[in-house]
Amino acid sequence: MTRASRFPSPSSEAAPTWAGELNAMMEAYRQAGGDPGVLQLPQVATLVISANQVLVAHEIPGVHFEAESLPHGVRAHIWVEPHTRFTQPVHLCFGLLPAEGEQEIIADYEIGEQAQVRFLAHCSFPNAIKVEHRMQARIRVGRNASLTYTEEHFHGPQGGTVVLPKAEVVVEEGGYFTTTFALTRGRVGVLRLDYHVRVEAGGVTELVTKAYGKGEDAIHVREVVVLEGPGARGLTRTRIAVQDHAQSRVDTVTEGNAPNTRGHMDCTEIVRGQAQASNNPLVIVRHDQAQVTHEAAIGTVNRKELETLMARGLSEDEAVDLIIRGLMR
Amino acid sequence: MDSYLLEVKNLYLTREGRVLLNNVNLSLKPGEIHVLLGLNGSGKSTLAYTLMGCAGYTPDRGEILFEGRDITPLSLSERARLGITLAWQEPARFEGIPVGKYISLGMKEPDRQRVLEALEAVALPPAQYAYRAVDKTLSGGERKRIELAAVYAMRPRLAILDEPDSGIDALSLTDIEHLIRRMAAEGSTILLITHRDELAEIGDCASLMCLGSIAFIGNPQETRRFYREHCRLHPTPLELMRMGLEQEEGQA
Repeated sequence: MTRASRFPSPSSEAAPTWAGELNAMMEAYRQAGGDPGVLQLPQVATLVISANQVLVAHEIPGVHFEAESLPHGVRAHIWVEPHTRFTQPVHLCFGLLPAEGEQEIIADYEIGEQAQVRFLAHCSFPNAIKVEHRMQARIRVGRNASLTYTEEHFHGPQGGTVVLPKAEVVVEEGGYFTTTFALTRGRVGVLRLDYHVRVEAGGVTELVTKAYGKGEDAIHVREVVVLEGPGARGLTRTRIAVQDHAQSRVDTVTEGNAPNTRGHMDCTEIVRGQAQASNNPLVIVRHDQAQVTHEAAIGTVNRKELETLMARGLSEDEAVDLIIRGLMR
Repeated sequence: MDSYLLEVKNLYLTREGRVLLNNVNLSLKPGEIHVLLGLNGSGKSTLAYTLMGCAGYTPDRGEILFEGRDITPLSLSERARLGITLAWQEPARFEGIPVGKYISLGMKEPDRQRVLEALEAVALPPAQYAYRAVDKTLSGGERKRIELAAVYAMRPRLAILDEPDSGIDALSLTDIEHLIRRMAAEGSTILLITHRDELAEIGDCASLMCLGSIAFIGNPQETRRFYREHCRLHPTPLELMRMGLEQEEGQA
């Protein structure tokens, strides 16, 4: 079990050997859109993992980390005590700085009942030429608890990253789980996202996935929402833009298995150049008082949207760029 | 000799074998509020899209002169950069683009104060709207007001307002009138497209469009009268209400 301390102070005479690694991670964190200064606030729970090293594991009352190094990654247990509530998100920072390598994060998240917590995860692979990042998460959102999990990736310009995020989530009675996965800066490389969420009675889940593929990038999103308990609700919102020769495939499944369950799948994919996109929604309803719907818009940028922006003086390329950036926000 | 900001000369447009614009001639003086009246389907919006240079609206024949220069070959963006813009009848929605950003798109220089002023001009509290997205969470009326605010903020030379009153409640109709006058006072020339003849009173001049042609041009009162006598077959809801009230008063 590894427990890391706070950052070394800048004036520290004998900085630990991993200080340079930490500084490099902080720079990568900044490139990924994070503010390294926030990670130094004592009231902010922080976990920083570089390759298979835990550089920082800063707990605050109610939030706990346990982590152990594996040959190619880290196994972590992250839990939030019941009834814990705080305004600052828990910051997670994962990354791999060399151009080649692999990282596997096996993480168990437990959110105690009636806790309300936000997690902000930044994953940085700024120099990746041949990097594989695997995330296997098991998440349990306790009764009437709320977890908002936002994950942002930064992959650098090479397109040499393979990202395989996989999550098994259980939202217990009255719980709330929303996640946003964004891979919109730098090159995607290969993304195979695979989330499975089971929602119990009165629970709510919302899965938002955004990715912007270029070059030869390949994106595959698979999201399964099982509305198992009465009154459970689920929404998947997928926003993908692909250009050049990039490819995107979105498979979404929502099951309505109990009375008054409501599910919706909403997918928008913008295709430019020689890129290709598909969406395969699957609706399964096993109760006559359940309802699941889906909508999809795949193809070129809407002409009217384009012309609306061009009527303000934007060129066609500027208008397309703005529309895609809006979609990716 | 009058100098015109916009001159449309002998404009024809055919799409899918249908003549949509049939020898349209129209002139707007600088600073003028020109109301273009006409029934639904008479070609008003088609003319707006043709003036703006939208895809599929390239005229078969004729000229569109802006300050004496033929802008027919120019793209939509190029026309916008000359200062021509359009407030759409049913404006598009955009995920992730904040209202404040959307309003500032057409401005030459970023001016936050102008954005706030534009929102206030359409009676939308800036604190509530500036950071919302221009997406489907807005009602149709809110979206139309934001469209007008964006046009106002741009300080266009020529603003084409396509049915700005449709889908907006009666209360905010006054706001729209006020906004149009304000734009004109700032130097914009307005082409106000509507099928509601009561709006014609805002104009300095009014034209009537019928079957793709300009059927009448005159002062707003004359054009309105011509429209009511020759084009409008059915009374508006407001007129129906008035007629009902008069009938009730007569019976009393």
